[in-house]
Parts: sequence; structure tokens; C-alpha cells
Amino acid sequence: MSDINIVDAPPGIEGSGFFATSLDKVIGLARSHSMWPLPFATSCCGIEFMATMGSHYDFGRFGSERLSFSPRQADLLMVMGTIAKKMSPVLKQVYLQMAEPRWVMAVGACASSGGIFDTYSVLQGIDEIIPVDVYVPGCPPRPEAILDGFGKIQELVKNESGRRRESEQYKEMLASYGIL
Amino acid sequence: MAEVTNHDLTELLSARFGEKITNVQEPYGLLTIETTKDVITEVLRFLKEDGQANFNFLTDITAVHYPEKKHGIAVVYHLHSMVKRIRIRVKVFIDQHQPTIPTATSLWKGANWMERETYDLFGVKFEGHPDLRRILNMDDLGVHPMLKQYPLEDPNRVDKKDEYFGR
Repeated sequence: MSDINIVDAPPGIEGSGFFATSLDKVIGLARSHSMWPLPFATSCCGIEFMATMGSHYDFGRFGSERLSFSPRQADLLMVMGTIAKKMSPVLKQVYLQMAEPRWVMAVGACASSGGIFDTYSVLQGIDEIIPVDVYVPGCPPRPEAILDGFGKIQELVKNESGRRRESEQYKEMLASYGIL
Repeated sequence: MAEVTNHDLTELLSARFGEKITNVQEPYGLLTIETTKDVITEVLRFLKEDGQANFNFLTDITAVHYPEKKHGIAVVYHLHSMVKRIRIRVKVFIDQHQPTIPTATSLWKGANWMERETYDLFGVKFEGHPDLRRILNMDDLGVHPMLKQYPLEDPNRVDKKDEYFGR
């Protein structure tokens, strides 16, 4: 046995020369280990994320080596840093330009809740304008926390049913944000 | 080149504008004068173009809000003479209900953004400004946040009560 870690196969029926499992699980497995994050970094959390991308923490281990700096092909929006109200239409536009399936991670206190900036000019959490899947606490969070948040995102991606994005519940949720 | 002292500047201004220059002070060595809305453009032009003063650089335009005063908004100009290595601060007190003042963009192109900022945060309307829009805040904010008439925090908020944090 080598000491290289590989991802476990999803539960299924194994026999000689074949392996049967559900399509959802295969898709989820593939998606969750080939995430393309779109970093939307505005402040200190963005710097912390750069450290996460560096060789020591090596964000690329999770199949997310290629950051997408365009909404095209990106499937994880990572919002890192203070979002001013003036910036919110821009952030929303970036989210709208991403194709489904898409996930959102709010990194740090500011993106999650406005943080210490309880002010007229700062958006009190990005979940006022776009739906958020995972919140990473910290001010700023250490790279480990960002990796942990990413792990949570991977779990969501892995276990998402193939029809979730077509469900009434999901459409209602998007409609509540004015996204149709 | 002859040095210009604060005293010389005060003499110059008094000779040119007389009673329109009031409350001359020198806090921390920075000559500070007050003048009025009707001559501010002339004062700035004089300071900029007079050969002895030669304040060629506009450092900043901003404002201060004094809610308790009658003329409660002070528009503050900071000028710097790069030639004579000397600075001056000019203040104009204006009515907070009618906060208008002539623009300085006719003298310095750089006044454009400074005046937009002052308009954004204090609501001072600079008459004759080519493009008086907000510069920092979102267009539909509807208030001028640096005026001292808003509570620092919404008193109805409950999400910051100590009991939620085990304090």
C-alpha cells in the first residue's frame, strides 16, 4: 500500500470488473474535487486567502489549483473581505454571471455579517444580497479555517442531489433574493 | 528668495481684504484665518496668484459640522506654497440650512474631487462645480453621513445585546 491518499469510492455495488453507484454520487465526487473558486477578495481576508493559496497550505491539493478570475466556469464564489454597499451591485452581478451549479462561501466576519464595520456604508453581511452556503468565522480567519470552510463546501457539493437546483424550494430561495 | 512669515501674510491679507479677514490665529504655527462666502473665491485667488504668497498647491478642501453654532458648517481650505514652503488654513462658516459656497474648481482642477467628497459627506453645495455628484457613498444613500445629526447606532438593534454573547 502506498501512503498516497486517494478519495474513497462512494457506496455502491462492487463486482469483478464493474462498479455500480448512483449518478448523483459520481457527479458529486467529480465536482467536489474539481472546484473552481472565484476569489472576490477585498481586504485582509483576501491576503489570508493568498497565504492559503501558497505552498505551505497549498489550496491546490483539493483540485482547486486553478482559480477562476472570471465568473465563466467558476462554481464557488469566495467572498473575502468587507463589502461596501457601493460594491454590492458588483458582487451581485458577479454572482449572477456564474452558471449553476454555484456555491458561495463568506470568508471572515465582514463578508458574513459586516464585522466591526457597523456603519452606514458597509453591507451587513453578503447574505443580504446573495445566498450563502458556508460562513467562515474569524477576523481574519487563519488559512486552516479557510481550508475547513472549503471542506464544508466540498461536503455540500458531494452530497447535493442532482435535482436540487430545479426544486421549488431552491427557486423560492433565489426569488427571495430577487434572482430569477 | 525672501522668507514669508505668518505675520507678513496677515499684513498682506489685511491690506487687501481688511475687515473680511477675521479671527486670525496660529495654532501649532499654522496660520488660520476666517473669511466670508462672498469673498472666498477672491481670497483664494489672491493667495494663489499674489507673488509674495504664491500658494500654488491646494492640499485639501473639507468641512466641519458644529451643530450648536448658528452658521454651523465650516468649509476648510488648506493651501500650501511650494515656492515659499509655507501653509495656510482658510475657514468659511456657512448656514447649515443653506450650505452653498462658490466652487474652487475655477482656480484648481484638483478641487473637483475634494468638493465632491465634501458634498457627499457634509452636503455642502459648491456652486459652479462642473459635476457635483457623490464620490464615496452609493448614490441613493440620501443622507450626508458626517453631519452630527444621526445616532451612531440604531437604538432598536437587538443583535448586539450582551446576553446573546454570554456577557
